[in-house]
Amino acid sequence: MTQQSSIDQTRRLRVVFVGHVDHGKSTLIGRIFYDTKSLPDGKVEQMQAACAAENMEFEYSFLLDALLEEQAQNITIDTTQIQFKTAKRPYVIIDAPGHKEFLKNMITGAASADAAVLLIAANEGIREQSRRHGYLLSLLGIKQVVVAVNKMDLVDYKQEVFDQVVRDYTAFLKEIGMEARQFVPVSARNGTNVALRDLGVANPMPWYTGPTITDTLDSFEPPKSLTELPLRFPIQDVYRFDDRRIFAGRIEAGSLKVGDTLIFSPGSKTGVIKSIEVWNAPEKTSAKAGESVGITLTEQLFIERGHLASHQTDAPIESNRFKARVFWMGKSNLAIGQRTKLKLTTQELDAEIVSIERIIDASTLEALPGDRGYIARNDVAEVTIQVRGALAFDNADRNALLGRFVLLDGRQVGGGGIIFGGTYSDRTQPKSANIFWSEGNVTPEQRYARNGHKGAVVWLTGLSGSGKSTVARALERELFNLGIQTYILDGDNIRHGLNSNLGFSPEDRVENIRRVAEVAKLMAGAGVVAITAFISPYQADRRKARTIACEAGVDFYEIHVAAPLEICEQRDPKGLYKKARTGEIKEFTGISAPYEAPESPEITVATGNQSVAESVAQILVFLRQRIKVDAEFEI
Amino acid sequence: MNLDFRDHPAYSKLYPAPVPNVPPVFFPEKIARGDAAHLDALEAQSIFLIREAFHHFKKICMPWSMGKDSNVLIWLTRKAFSGHIPYPLLHIDTTYEFPEMIAYRDWAVEYHGLNLIVKINEDARAGRGAYAERGPIGYDTTDPVTVTHELKTVALQQVMAENQWDALITGIRRDEDPTRAKERYFSPRTKDFEWDYKDQPPEFWNQFTTSCAPGEHVRVQALLDWTERDIWMYIQKEGIPIPQMYFARKGKDGNKYRFRSLGCWPISGPVESEADTIDGIIEELANTKTSERAGRAQDHHERNAMQKLRAKGFM
Repeated sequence: MTQQSSIDQTRRLRVVFVGHVDHGKSTLIGRIFYDTKSLPDGKVEQMQAACAAENMEFEYSFLLDALLEEQAQNITIDTTQIQFKTAKRPYVIIDAPGHKEFLKNMITGAASADAAVLLIAANEGIREQSRRHGYLLSLLGIKQVVVAVNKMDLVDYKQEVFDQVVRDYTAFLKEIGMEARQFVPVSARNGTNVALRDLGVANPMPWYTGPTITDTLDSFEPPKSLTELPLRFPIQDVYRFDDRRIFAGRIEAGSLKVGDTLIFSPGSKTGVIKSIEVWNAPEKTSAKAGESVGITLTEQLFIERGHLASHQTDAPIESNRFKARVFWMGKSNLAIGQRTKLKLTTQELDAEIVSIERIIDASTLEALPGDRGYIARNDVAEVTIQVRGALAFDNADRNALLGRFVLLDGRQVGGGGIIFGGTYSDRTQPKSANIFWSEGNVTPEQRYARNGHKGAVVWLTGLSGSGKSTVARALERELFNLGIQTYILDGDNIRHGLNSNLGFSPEDRVENIRRVAEVAKLMAGAGVVAITAFISPYQADRRKARTIACEAGVDFYEIHVAAPLEICEQRDPKGLYKKARTGEIKEFTGISAPYEAPESPEITVATGNQSVAESVAQILVFLRQRIKVDAEFEI
Repeated sequence: MNLDFRDHPAYSKLYPAPVPNVPPVFFPEKIARGDAAHLDALEAQSIFLIREAFHHFKKICMPWSMGKDSNVLIWLTRKAFSGHIPYPLLHIDTTYEFPEMIAYRDWAVEYHGLNLIVKINEDARAGRGAYAERGPIGYDTTDPVTVTHELKTVALQQVMAENQWDALITGIRRDEDPTRAKERYFSPRTKDFEWDYKDQPPEFWNQFTTSCAPGEHVRVQALLDWTERDIWMYIQKEGIPIPQMYFARKGKDGNKYRFRSLGCWPISGPVESEADTIDGIIEELANTKTSERAGRAQDHHERNAMQKLRAKGFM
């Protein structure tokens, strides 16, 4: 076997290059490539020839900007990942763009970096994105930063200019709890202090004797192993390709071994590891952070994707509500109460922002008023998030991988956040204190919290032709669009099934309404907003319906769909009034039988003189307040 | 010009045919090099990606070119699923495959127990249907960029439409080409296979674009972070069987040649090389500065050929 060299191939350092647009990122990277001899033979000559052919001056940045459009616009479009080597180790360079519109690409690149090179052009000084990118680096948890004060050639290599940038930017970094490892005065174009000390010309900055950019990179630490942290093994999938039931996933932190007892959060199910499954490899009895593994358990448990396995001591936090620092880059704003999806490792839950504590202008660090009710593209904010169901996580300062999540914008990732301030509870004594919300009977409150709203019975009453069904359908659609579980009970789905044995005799009418009330109560108890649309002409019947609901602890709202008889008769959508007038239908409400209007309904919608949309809006304003749930569940 | 495989100057004159009746497979000696420890992290990430793809998409397929990268993909799939391969593999056959590679394909189907779908754009080759006016598409009549588009990308579109796949697990790597450097792990493609490289979704913290609209699909690029060298080191570490054509044989001129990248035979040239072991190849890579696909003519036919091919749906 041949040993290549002393270069430690195992430790590639991922470096992101950030900074204000036109401060020289691509040029610096091109220069690093050139000076470390990491380019294919002839590449520079080829580019120079191409430039000459098009009458352009050759620039080092062209080495990276391989895409036509980029050369045309002279800006970097997307993160590019390329590798170079110093004498010490290999690097993966992530060239993050500086254009304001490209925050998502900067985050995409920077989120996976171990270290950052932040460029500030000496002739322009600190600009908006110099600060914004610095702030985002702190948010992404990147602590190893070298600041390249570039374009020193444009300020005649003056030390005062460099010192001023150092002073100003150090002060800024301090405010956000960061510190640069090194400030390096650089001329990327000329190669000064980039990678080579001897460029064959006199050193234009003899006043600087510190390390070059690549020297500083070489002094950075490789990513730390997470094996020493408590075990976090998110279940990615469960496979049953043969008689084995394999729980697959990547160990994000800690280690596990055969015989260990695991606890699966959310919940308190425990299981013992029977085996670590491998294919075409020697038998394995332990595994550690970073490994993608499959395990089997000694007993059958219902575990699925999204469960987070840990040891019983040092289990994660379990909650449905937490504080987080988020950044948003979605195409539209994210408003308080707007339903989105949250993904944290393999967990995926419906989520919403319930309050915005403050919005931070990432370039000035000024707090914007949080009461504007939404976060916009490129915002950074401190918020409280609520999810449907329980989320297992860590505070980001304890375990970064389990303390960060993304929020979706449609199908795509729209933003990210890190969690702070959650409280760990002692999971080793679950039986003594009833600390798991996920234990015991399911309470209505838990059900409501899962749905994000309470159940209720919305009882529409009114004459035939008053618009009950129309209003009910429009209301159902609106509620549904708001993410609310809802269902209509009306003659169509009740008379033909549940009540098919009932006719229209007075007794049967009473029984009809009673059964509708019972079904609506059950649905509301299950968390649904059940809308009923029946004439229900008698006070007594409606009072009975209300009693049935209230005795079960279900909210009941009576809504009088009130249109004058003349209008209803004029509309006569099913031709029933006509038949009633001719006597073809007997005991028709409003003609040959009484309609007892509600004395004190929760709402009256005057469908005779307002539109369906107006009526629905009136009901929605009333209803939304009352079915809202915003309390954290009791645990 | 009528192309005949036997006339292929590189293959017949420089790179001799294999021994008849022996599967053209190379079983590397399993060696764990001291400088290969980083492969564990690459392997774990690829398995993670493959499992994510399998979880999120209903109809999934893994294109398989029979080359070294796609054989590593098969291997990683079997590791991810405890020896199983829970989706079909797809070979886009341009009809310009080296006969030795077809022999390898047949062997590998048997060896791994593959569910292999073979797709040829028959109409293009025969010059019928939509191609009636243009006539047959082939290296003897058409430029290599067009051939690649019609026989690979269009063939892929056809077979995707037939099978309604919503995700493809691909083996492309960032270090292969500048346009591939900009790829995401989960890269959405439109109905027309277009890749909107200017407006790609954010992707970080191992959270991906894991759904798509009907008719669209997502390319899951499970080897994105690997380099050519990593691939070889992993093949060696795991002892993954691969085609023999990657290894040097003595040509009629007395020099030894091997293929660094295997594509259609009219446009794949062997390179002069002494490397007849994986160590030899790794050592050779350490000292080369020419790009991996230098031997592939379609990439060099015109400026930005690769960019154009990829925006239209090429891998």
